[in-house]
Amino acid sequence: MSRPRSDSTDEVTDEAADAAADPLRPSDHVDGTAEIVSPRLGVVGWLRWGWRQLTSMRTALVLLLLLAIAAVPGSIVPQRSADPNGVTKYFQDNPSMAPVLDKLQLFDVYTSAWFSAIYILLFISLIGCVIPRVKHHLKALRARPPRTPARLSRLADHRSSLVELAPGADGEAAASRAIDVATAQLRAGGYRVQRYDGRGAFSVSAERGYLRETGNLLFHIALLGVLIAVGVGGGFTYTGQRVIVQGTTFVNSVGTDYSSFNPGRFVDPDALIPYTMRLDRFDVTYQTSGQAGDFVAHLTTTLPGHKAVDDRILVNHPLSIAGERVYLMGNGYAPTVTVRNPAGQVVFHDSIPFLPQDNNMTSLGVIKVPDGLAKQLGMVAFFYPTQFENRSGAFTSAYPALVNPVLTLDVYEGDLGINDGIPRSVYALDTSGMTQLTGRTTGTASIELAPGQTADLPAHLGSITFDDASPQPAKDSSQSVKRFVSLSIHHDASGPWVLGFAALALVSLMLALFVPRRRMWVKARADGTVLTLEYAGLARGEDPTLGGAVDALAQKHGDALEASSGVQPAVTSPSVD
Amino acid sequence: MPSLDQVSVLLVWTAVAIYALAFIFYTIDLARRSSQALDAKDAAAVRDRELVAAGGGDAVAGVRAGGSASLVVAPSQRVRPVFARIGTSLTWLAFLFHIGADVLRGVAAGRVPWANMYEFALTGTMLVVAVFLAVLFRYDLRFLGALITGLVVLLLGGSIFAFYVQVAPLADPLKSPWLVIHVFVASLATAFFALTFGLSLLQLLQSRHERKVLTADGAPVRGWGFLRTLPSSDTLESLAYRFAIVGFIFWTFTLIAGSIWANDAWGRFWGFDTKEVWTFVIWVLYAGYIHARATRGWRGTRSAWLSIIGFTAVLFNFAVVNVFFKGLHAYSGLTN
Ligand code: HEM
Repeated sequence: MSRPRSDSTDEVTDEAADAAADPLRPSDHVDGTAEIVSPRLGVVGWLRWGWRQLTSMRTALVLLLLLAIAAVPGSIVPQRSADPNGVTKYFQDNPSMAPVLDKLQLFDVYTSAWFSAIYILLFISLIGCVIPRVKHHLKALRARPPRTPARLSRLADHRSSLVELAPGADGEAAASRAIDVATAQLRAGGYRVQRYDGRGAFSVSAERGYLRETGNLLFHIALLGVLIAVGVGGGFTYTGQRVIVQGTTFVNSVGTDYSSFNPGRFVDPDALIPYTMRLDRFDVTYQTSGQAGDFVAHLTTTLPGHKAVDDRILVNHPLSIAGERVYLMGNGYAPTVTVRNPAGQVVFHDSIPFLPQDNNMTSLGVIKVPDGLAKQLGMVAFFYPTQFENRSGAFTSAYPALVNPVLTLDVYEGDLGINDGIPRSVYALDTSGMTQLTGRTTGTASIELAPGQTADLPAHLGSITFDDASPQPAKDSSQSVKRFVSLSIHHDASGPWVLGFAALALVSLMLALFVPRRRMWVKARADGTVLTLEYAGLARGEDPTLGGAVDALAQKHGDALEASSGVQPAVTSPSVD
Repeated sequence: MPSLDQVSVLLVWTAVAIYALAFIFYTIDLARRSSQALDAKDAAAVRDRELVAAGGGDAVAGVRAGGSASLVVAPSQRVRPVFARIGTSLTWLAFLFHIGADVLRGVAAGRVPWANMYEFALTGTMLVVAVFLAVLFRYDLRFLGALITGLVVLLLGGSIFAFYVQVAPLADPLKSPWLVIHVFVASLATAFFALTFGLSLLQLLQSRHERKVLTADGAPVRGWGFLRTLPSSDTLESLAYRFAIVGFIFWTFTLIAGSIWANDAWGRFWGFDTKEVWTFVIWVLYAGYIHARATRGWRGTRSAWLSIIGFTAVLFNFAVVNVFFKGLHAYSGLTN
């Protein structure tokens, strides 16, 4: 609470001479003992001094503030972890600054040396702080409440009252009885109690709220738990990405079916459970504004040795399967294309995922026909679910659903560059070794197809068909092009642990902040025919309700005495003030 | 027939106007406290010194008992809080309009009214006022009224200008029960931090004033007279702290709930997305504040500054990060 309490704390501890029950805190805690201990010379002395500094409240505070400041740049400069494209763009836009920032690890703030240094120091400080306090607290939990101070009136929260005894009554017995009553009341109120009788005075010393310190320690330990769970759990975590076209099946196996896979250090990629997953349908609704929503991927999943089951994945509702969670990350159209050679034989037939370029799903894709024709063939294609010609004559899509689907293609022939073993993105065409045959500069118009249509390829290479994927008979074009979804597949071993520690942190934080820890004393002394009763309380930590608690105790005790013996507190005087 | 949403906007404007009126009355109240306190300045100055010297161990009880006026100024010189009373009544009235606006917006949208920036502001400021009014039942914090109503007028009025958007369907990631819980609790935490902020601000002024009184050694002290009618800086600090810890617990919950939601929506519970960064920064700042309160040499003025910085970060997180920083939390509803 406020300064006077701290002062009186010192007095009481002096008088009570019972330091064991005080919470041990770093020496610069406001309730702590005096600090500034000049180190003895010598290595050990300096080490001990350094350790004390590191585990002081001030260091913890400074490190906390540093942590807050150090986290900020990561929200200003794009981060590789959260926004890799942003980093690439930053390098393009600021070619002179970017390398400097990179040197300072500003694109990887949260794994940078300086950020790590701060939180590692903070957690070392935390450990150094918590261990002695845990030991101390375990002792305090078993210790008896401290001896009653000789002069309770010196405490800030102090009440006293006088009780007139019946003539001839045994004063000491009455005092002892009064303390018996107080003891019972305090015990019922959740206090740990200890009688201290002697020299004509009878008293009970009571303490409650050990949960406050327990909560504080658990809270700090739980923070440590979160950090360790995240750190260790990362080693057992893997994530992978995969695109599935409607009607095709994904097998959960790293060797074959993942387009990318990032395992933690301790992950055995061969140990994945090879379940299968087929995309049956993808649903989405569009507002007239073009805003998309209610994405649902309908899947058939089969665990090895089990029957196939229908599943769904929605945003916010990943599919849990075989210890993995499968998230819906993106979707798009996958036009089905057939290429035939001049003899009419099919040399290529596939549904190609196209990447959406705007809200109306104008989509860009690349078709590569490596074999079966005189030369390798590459096509850069645009797909417009609702084709619309704007005033300049360029095509765009006016709506994301399949109202007027059109595919346009520019054809290149030459070397696709896929024979040299260098992996190429399926979404990009390297045209450096190729000649463009249709589109802009060639004098030959781009090929333009609606579902079901076929066109001749230039230079008598053969023909290309944009297959209509609608189930027959189709009412409209709404199902004429297949969909694909991109899925992200995660196994996160740390999740439950992190959550557990976080929940522990929250609960123990509430204990640490709201459980009042306080000591109470009731003392009775007989003086002839008058019984003097004293009540006093002392807060350990923030305790705004202490005064009220002392009042309540005095009141309740007085009532109980009155009821049990008919005696009546004669004079009641709040002391101090 | 105006749409529900239009009626809601009308109610918001009405509420803003009445809050502005309440602000005026609360300000007059502070001004009157100044003059009345000046009338009694000699007596008050002496008592001030006593108060500082005594440290105000019982000051909290004094606040509960109805204004520290009882501590600082003798009853005969106590300010009659007519204007503060009017201010509070007006705040209640504006609050009713505010609730109406919020509820109508929710009905118009067919969901909770806190799914874009305008709605965050609408609900968030409503909670600030709600917490303030609720706290008035227990503590006489009417001296904070000018600050709270002023803040609400600025935030709410500004939000209509800067952030208003028409009702639109939710983006898929927002379709989650966590929207209801996470965002609501975050707003609640903000409300408590706002009160903390106000108290810490007054605490700073008050402790400066107290220092002046001490050094003046009985001579009259210039400065804001209304400070004489406020509780001691110690009392203000311990009140601020009490609101801060409630806010901090809500904020901790917000952080945890947000991660659970992020794990469902984005496939990772923590990724240092810009908004996550700022939520974390704010959390650490308030942890720092709580530590500072327990650290020798940091209690008092320094810790008050931390609380003020913390709330500045809260406002920044809302008004700046949402709009200007790129990230996954692109739910301002504004098109850039
Ligand atoms: C990881 C960083 C840390 C965070 C986020 C943190 C957070 C907190 C919070 C929220 C409290 C308030 C709960 C209570 O009063 O029981 C607290 C209290 C406390 N912390 Fe930490 N802490 C951190 C590190 C440390 C370190 C390194 C130390 C030791 C030097 C420390 C020592 C204490 C002490 C002694 C209290 C009790 C304060 C009081 O008496 O009110 N903390 N901490």
